[in-house]
Amino acid sequence: MTVVGTHAMSEQVFDAVVRTPVVVLAGGFSSEREVSLRSAEGVAAVLADTGCGVQVIDAEPDVLGQLQRLDAGVVWPTLHGAAGEDGSLAEVLRLLGVPVVGTGPDGCRLSWDKSVAAALAAGWGIAVPPAITVTADLFRDLGAHRLVESAVVRLGLPLAVKPKRGGSGFGVHVVHRVDDVAQALMSALGHDSAARLERMVSGREVTVTAVETEEGPRACPPVEIEPVAGDYDFSARYTAGAIEFHVPARVDAATAGRLEHGALTVHRNLGLGALSRSDWIVDTAGTPWFLEVNTSPGMTPTSTTPMGLAALAPLPEVVSSLVTRARPLT
Amino acid sequence: MTASEIRALFAVAGRPEVVSLAGGMPPPDSLPLDLLSDIAARLVLTDAAASLQYGSAQGDVLLRESVVEVAAESGVHTHPGDVVVTTGSQQALDLLARILVDPGDAVLVESPTYVGALGVFRSYEAVVRHVATDADGMSPEGLRAAVAEERAVGRRVKLVYVVPNHQNPSGATMSSPRRDALVEAAAAAGVLVVEDDPYSLLGFDGGPIASLHRRDPGGVVHLGSFSKILAPGLRVGYAIAPPALRDKLVLAAEAAVLCPSAFAQRVVAAYLTEHPWREHVKGLRVMYRERCDAMTDALARHLPDARWLAPRGGFFVWARLPDGLDASALLPRAIQARVAFVPGSAFYAGDQGGDHARLSFCLPPPADVAEGVRRLAGVVTAERELRSAAGR
Repeated sequence: MTVVGTHAMSEQVFDAVVRTPVVVLAGGFSSEREVSLRSAEGVAAVLADTGCGVQVIDAEPDVLGQLQRLDAGVVWPTLHGAAGEDGSLAEVLRLLGVPVVGTGPDGCRLSWDKSVAAALAAGWGIAVPPAITVTADLFRDLGAHRLVESAVVRLGLPLAVKPKRGGSGFGVHVVHRVDDVAQALMSALGHDSAARLERMVSGREVTVTAVETEEGPRACPPVEIEPVAGDYDFSARYTAGAIEFHVPARVDAATAGRLEHGALTVHRNLGLGALSRSDWIVDTAGTPWFLEVNTSPGMTPTSTTPMGLAALAPLPEVVSSLVTRARPLT
Repeated sequence: MTASEIRALFAVAGRPEVVSLAGGMPPPDSLPLDLLSDIAARLVLTDAAASLQYGSAQGDVLLRESVVEVAAESGVHTHPGDVVVTTGSQQALDLLARILVDPGDAVLVESPTYVGALGVFRSYEAVVRHVATDADGMSPEGLRAAVAEERAVGRRVKLVYVVPNHQNPSGATMSSPRRDALVEAAAAAGVLVVEDDPYSLLGFDGGPIASLHRRDPGGVVHLGSFSKILAPGLRVGYAIAPPALRDKLVLAAEAAVLCPSAFAQRVVAAYLTEHPWREHVKGLRVMYRERCDAMTDALARHLPDARWLAPRGGFFVWARLPDGLDASALLPRAIQARVAFVPGSAFYAGDQGGDHARLSFCLPPPADVAEGVRRLAGVVTAERELRSAAGR
């Protein structure tokens, strides 16, 4: 077998990786299915470069049975969206008892709900944009007019309106006029049963990946996202050239330190596993504002997590280390 | 929703949990698998010199002879010399656009029109103009007016594209008098008609109405396909074109692919000559009618406020959603409810069609078709409640 890209790997790690057949679990039932399949390709390509046995499979409704039929040494889930990140899949993997590159059910559940994660982060002293959460029932019962009026009085404009749970920018709208808020809410409620209206903080968009290492979780250098035009929406996220990435982010050392500290605080306190990616806005005063955290961050060619990891150490080395450190979920 | 978001959602539509009313494809269990398997094996063992070799750019003569018979069933009178075999009729459309359309030229289409045709015309940078269309098909007056207006602004009108039988997406069939009038209007304006006809043999009652090509063979290119009546994976279609255009089509096809798949052509030719294909098509008509009935019954029951034209064949119901609901906005909720459809805006070059959905009844069995409509009705109800709360 030709092995490429293992130059920085210890012999011990290399042997373990080569022996371990990794099942990369992808796809599944989610609006982020396509992104997940691309993430799986990204992970599998790096794993294959390390000489690791790797198999990408599309998660079926009976994923427990599907995994039981496979002889997986390690499972690396790259499912995005509900089934992959709301804790359901993590429960299945915990039942299976197989080593996993991922986060346990509790960490997934806390992270998946943006309003829950934001409230917890605020409690840990992290700056979080003021926001309100609106369920579809509340929207129906109160009527849009009163609700929107009150929200705009409380939060001001512009607003970021987004599904409370979900990713990849689906159903996310930046609203500058009060007349557009109800429409944006309806769109967000098309993706989830609740929506979050968040005061828009102006500044640099930055993500920070936290990765488990032998010494505990480490923060990767922050990655800055600069849309070439318009917003960082679904199209921009997954269209090569639509975004300019800056690795590391164009922030001073103190701000970078605050971002890394914030990312690690969120990662540790939520009890997250192998990888997490937290999203932030850095305002003009250098304050990082926490937006959300993802337990199954995108691993596509235009995703920021591989960029952050590669800035920390050679990607094959990081990926191999994650595989060898995989443990059954608790 | 953006086009890329819609594409991403369709990645989920093929999942087993989803009732897909989105795709226009025959169910795999309706294909004559045993016959195709026998033919394929025999061709490899006994006919490799022809079947697995390069062939003529115009297409295998055996197949072209069979196409003449099939086309006759669709009301097209032709001979093998006028037939050009292509890799699906989609390639024929692409080659026609390549030959005829320069950037900025106008192409006239029905309202709504086939999404695959829009993709082809866009790729050649045509200005796509929708012409008024009703239950009888494209309006000849609308055609005349569109040609005049396009020429008045200095644009050349290169072709008019129609799907006259069980149209995709509307399900409408152009009436015979309308065909006469449309062909006459196009001829008077000096505009070529492209008649795309994959569904004419899949009418539920009565035979096909005589084609536009039959009314003016010199001014109409007829496109046919074996994707709906045999198997789409074979990718065998054809164009029947006036001689001057036919020669250009052959040259363009040769430049594009040298020749269509010799193997696929031989499979189709053997199937058509050795087996009672008309009986197979008859069975398909019965199957699709049952599925269509399941859909229209379920629509009447679960979505009585929607409006649709009951199709007399083909694969699709074109439903106008109640209260002007936006079909694209419904799609994420529909996917969550495990049902998929194609938003109407996909069938327009501009921003029309948002209040329509194309619902395909061809793929799922009747009970699933009905279940899909029931799920869609739940999605519509939820969206109406939200809109009501929003005061819209």
